[in-house]
Amino acid sequence: MSIVVDIVLFTLLGATGFALLKVRNLFAVVMLAGIYSLLSAGLFTAMDAVDVAFTEAAVGAGISTVLFLGALALAGHHENRPGHTPLLPLVVVVVTGGALVYGTMDMPGFGHPENPVHHHVADHYLEESYDEIGIPNVVTSVLASYRGYDTMGETTVVFAAAVGVLLLLSGARRSGSRASPQGKGGGR
Amino acid sequence: MREEVVVRVGAKILVPFIIMFALYVHFHGDYSPGGGFQAGVILAAAFVLLALVYGLEAVQRVLPPWFTRMCAALGVLIFAGVGVVTMLLGHNYLGYNALAPDPTHPEHGQHYGILLVELGVLVTVFGVMVTVFYLFAGRGRENS
Repeated sequence: MSIVVDIVLFTLLGATGFALLKVRNLFAVVMLAGIYSLLSAGLFTAMDAVDVAFTEAAVGAGISTVLFLGALALAGHHENRPGHTPLLPLVVVVVTGGALVYGTMDMPGFGHPENPVHHHVADHYLEESYDEIGIPNVVTSVLASYRGYDTMGETTVVFAAAVGVLLLLSGARRSGSRASPQGKGGGR
Repeated sequence: MREEVVVRVGAKILVPFIIMFALYVHFHGDYSPGGGFQAGVILAAAFVLLALVYGLEAVQRVLPPWFTRMCAALGVLIFAGVGVVTMLLGHNYLGYNALAPDPTHPEHGQHYGILLVELGVLVTVFGVMVTVFYLFAGRGRENS
């Protein structure tokens, strides 16, 4: 059963990817990108990574689509034809893709219990985390406690991204920035 | 979309449930998939939906831009502040065991620590998502 789900999801994912390449209307591209994210979320769920699927569905299919639409309102709906031949990009993509597929040859099988990733610190987390942290969801224990520094770094990165977007888009210009009309509280 | 009665009423009915779901995802993160990050995004989505249907100005009256910017910074402050508090209590940075009310059961502090830290993530992600949305949605109008 799970192999059927995998095949269906991957087929739809591939079809969406090709449609993304072919379509020139950027509004359709944004919608297809949302579908692509939703299918990825389904794929993550099939691989038992529910937390990742949750985030992908909320961020990739939800908020990103809205932000892309906001960008479209600024940039227009139609993509111009590229001025160069697609030959060089094709070569780059084929070589990179080939290298990536070659790289997967050395990887251990997905979900195999003997994989190194399951025996570095995962054993300790799975066996001891309930006694040490007292929380049934090991993902939360690892994210917030064992790997608290990393999560703090991620939160800071999200904050820094917002500061970057604020600096680029808030409309504050070097000259006459005070005179430019801004939203309520824009000067704070 | 502003004249569509079904959309307006539908959005109004949905928003409280979306906010409830965000809080559920946040506080139930200890037991099921979810946590501060997902909850922050869902909470932001509730206000994005309102802005799409009722217009940016209506939402910014409830949730002004200065407030979302403050949220973005406040969350990081909460997260880092928990670390400073645990240090002041004599433990490692982000060593939540220091927060336990009963010193004989230090692991109880982990609950409080994780809840506070996830609250910081929630506040930052919510603030950042809404701030970025405001910027994108408000820019076209400013220039025209």
